[in-house]
Amino acid sequence: MNAILTGGFADPSTQSAHAFRALLEAMARPGRIFTVAGAQPPAPISVAAGVALLTLTDSTTPLHLAGDADCEALRGWIGFHTGAPLVPAEQAQFALGGWEALQPVTRFRTGEPSYPDRSATLIVELDRLEPEGARLTGPGIQTEARLSLPETAAFRANRALFPLGFDCILTCGARLAALPRSTTVEDA
Amino acid sequence: MYVAVKGGERAIDAAHAWLAEERRGDPSVPELTVAQIREQMALAVNRVMAEGSLYDPDLAALAIKQARGDLIEAVFLIRAYRTTLPRFGASRPVDTAAMAVDRRVSATFKDLPGGQVLGPTFDYTHRLLDFALAAEGTPQPAPMAPAPDEPVPHVTGLLDRDGLIEQQPADDTPAPDLTRQPLELPASRALRLQALARADEGFTLSLAYSTQRGYGRTHAFVGELRIGRVAVEVELPELGFAVEIGEVELTECDTVNQFKGSKSEPPQFTRGYGLVMGQSERKAISMSLVDRALRWQELGEDFTGAPAQDEEFVLSHCDNIQATGFLEHIKLPHYVDFQAELELVRRMRREAVQMQEAAE
Amino acid sequence: MTDQAYNFAYLDEQTKRMIRRALLKALAIPGYQVPFASREMPMPYGWGTGGVQVTAACLTPEDRLKVIDQGADDTTNAVSIRRFFQRTAGVETTERTTDATVIQTRHRIPEQPLAEGQILVYQVPIPEPLRFLEPRETETRKMHELEEYGLMHVKLYEDIARHGEIATAYAYPVRVEGRYVMDPSPIPKFDNPKLAGNPAIQLFGAGREARIHAVPPYSDVVSLDFEDHPFAASKADHECDLCGSAGSYLDEVITDDRGTRMFVCSDTDFCASRQAQGHRGRLSPQGATP
Repeated sequence: MNAILTGGFADPSTQSAHAFRALLEAMARPGRIFTVAGAQPPAPISVAAGVALLTLTDSTTPLHLAGDADCEALRGWIGFHTGAPLVPAEQAQFALGGWEALQPVTRFRTGEPSYPDRSATLIVELDRLEPEGARLTGPGIQTEARLSLPETAAFRANRALFPLGFDCILTCGARLAALPRSTTVEDA
Repeated sequence: MYVAVKGGERAIDAAHAWLAEERRGDPSVPELTVAQIREQMALAVNRVMAEGSLYDPDLAALAIKQARGDLIEAVFLIRAYRTTLPRFGASRPVDTAAMAVDRRVSATFKDLPGGQVLGPTFDYTHRLLDFALAAEGTPQPAPMAPAPDEPVPHVTGLLDRDGLIEQQPADDTPAPDLTRQPLELPASRALRLQALARADEGFTLSLAYSTQRGYGRTHAFVGELRIGRVAVEVELPELGFAVEIGEVELTECDTVNQFKGSKSEPPQFTRGYGLVMGQSERKAISMSLVDRALRWQELGEDFTGAPAQDEEFVLSHCDNIQATGFLEHIKLPHYVDFQAELELVRRMRREAVQMQEAAE
Repeated sequence: MTDQAYNFAYLDEQTKRMIRRALLKALAIPGYQVPFASREMPMPYGWGTGGVQVTAACLTPEDRLKVIDQGADDTTNAVSIRRFFQRTAGVETTERTTDATVIQTRHRIPEQPLAEGQILVYQVPIPEPLRFLEPRETETRKMHELEEYGLMHVKLYEDIARHGEIATAYAYPVRVEGRYVMDPSPIPKFDNPKLAGNPAIQLFGAGREARIHAVPPYSDVVSLDFEDHPFAASKADHECDLCGSAGSYLDEVITDDRGTRMFVCSDTDFCASRQAQGHRGRLSPQGATP
């Protein structure tokens, strides 16, 4: 029970402001890695994923939990700290889980042609997040960026839907990076 | 030497101090109290509550005092305050059939269950300035009749029993909230009514008037206009039943409109609806006419291009806080844009003059 | 001193989250207008309510905020907005472009090139670049969906046919990353080239119209034009009479009723910095030492 009540932001307006700036910079500069702090979600969820949930989700944002993330401890923590309603993948505005657990990612909302913003944001938990590997180009990237992505095909397919598509926040420990639909991803 | 215009901060402080002085007026004249405004300027208070979307007569009266009687400015103060208030929940829908009516008139039936109640209306006052009001005094008490204990059913319900008016089954779909979601078109009727309920009275009046003059004519009769108090109840999940938390005064207007019928519907009457906080019958009647005009598509009527039929036009322009802000923003500095235009016009003139001279 | 009666930066946390979500989607879809549930702010619509909401959602207590209107820090509405954030967020403010981490602007992009780590927040009156060609939102939304920008090109071409050039001097439309046509807010077209390849994050807030759009850093932003009539950034053909700058956007000041004029930088910080460095213009005090 204690694990549910603790681990939120102690000073929500300041901590969420700091967290959002990291998320904003991350989404604006795909592939760049930022460190965040302030959340202690129950295992197996990372600090960065917890920070993203506390900063972006609330009772108005349907959330899907995939794989290990779909555990009682986390459901309780989310219920207490954000109130986000838990839903199946197809209805989710946010989704949280490992890359494998989120598959097939094609089931997530990619927006509507006249409202491409009505699309899911996937919070992808990774074991590794390093500035190496897949080559990223596109808006927000001066020349190119490198990021250790779990694969590239799914992101290429997502890019092909532009302006539709889902957007990703990649988390590992206290670090995060983002991969919006606008980024072109190529194999290393 | 030229010094760029500076002193914005000092100018703003001085302007605010001067405004406060002007607001007070001649200090030898006693200051208005908020209670005086609330009690004696009640219709202004009602308008500010309706268009401000906040039922609080004391705050509305304070806003009127602060705004020096500029009602749109007062509405603005209330709106800005309202957005910061936490939301504890939504009440149950109020039951206007159970309204304790102060006024209830029908233009469609001479007499009807619940009767006609003229109430405190300007309608048959001769509009002669009453110089006696220039002096202070207490009016003679009005004659009182015992409160009727019979119910006051809606006229539209009476027509409905005979199948003469369109059906309007109860709908429990939660109403969208215009103040929490961006306007999306096409809008549902619930959203349109919400926008109209807080719309500028003057704009709504003029649109309604235009339908009467043929710009989207709807052949409206006031089936019923009622003003009175209704109970506000909230559901308390802990208790499992609804609890009355207070009363609000409302004005409700049902219009009964001619309808020739369509492929799927036999000839029958249709409805226009207006509901406004406080006593505000001009607004409620206007709202019901505009509501009906906006329903052309649903009722299979023709779009004649009338402004009152045009949902996007009406909903995008009915809010006086949006309108007045954007209108008045053109008094802000536009040096930069104007300079860009100036340069463009000078260049185009120069070229035009050169071409003219070359031609001569 | 922060006003304790209100949350940090005025807006409640739920409202900030809603705006923050819209901002992330705006960055993910460059140039697309994201609808957001714009709040009624304690300042009039049309006076920067969109910019203020975006700034409020981005600010942290450590930020240094600069607010400009027409390029100047001292115009009354810039003063008023800066005070609002001093009062509700307690943030440090600055007039120096280089020192600012967040800059809220109306109608200008600062002359001093921006850097990574800076955010430029534009106040936007009408976010829809097609609005004056087609007043209906329902129609323009469809046009963006279908990438149907022919109407815009026709309008620009008619300008050329009639006037010999494109007669749009400010709020000059751009295409972002080859997809969405975007209104850059009423900046003079002189500023348009600064939209492209900018290292800073550019965010656009339209409060009354309830839309947010964004240009990520280093984005491709092209001012619409034609091969035979290429876009040209233009300004008054003068130098600043105070700092001598030949490359900055100028305000025209009428100094008497006999037609005497002078031209001064619209960007007051840029002009003051140049003067501090010893640059002088035509009307600088004689004998002034750098």
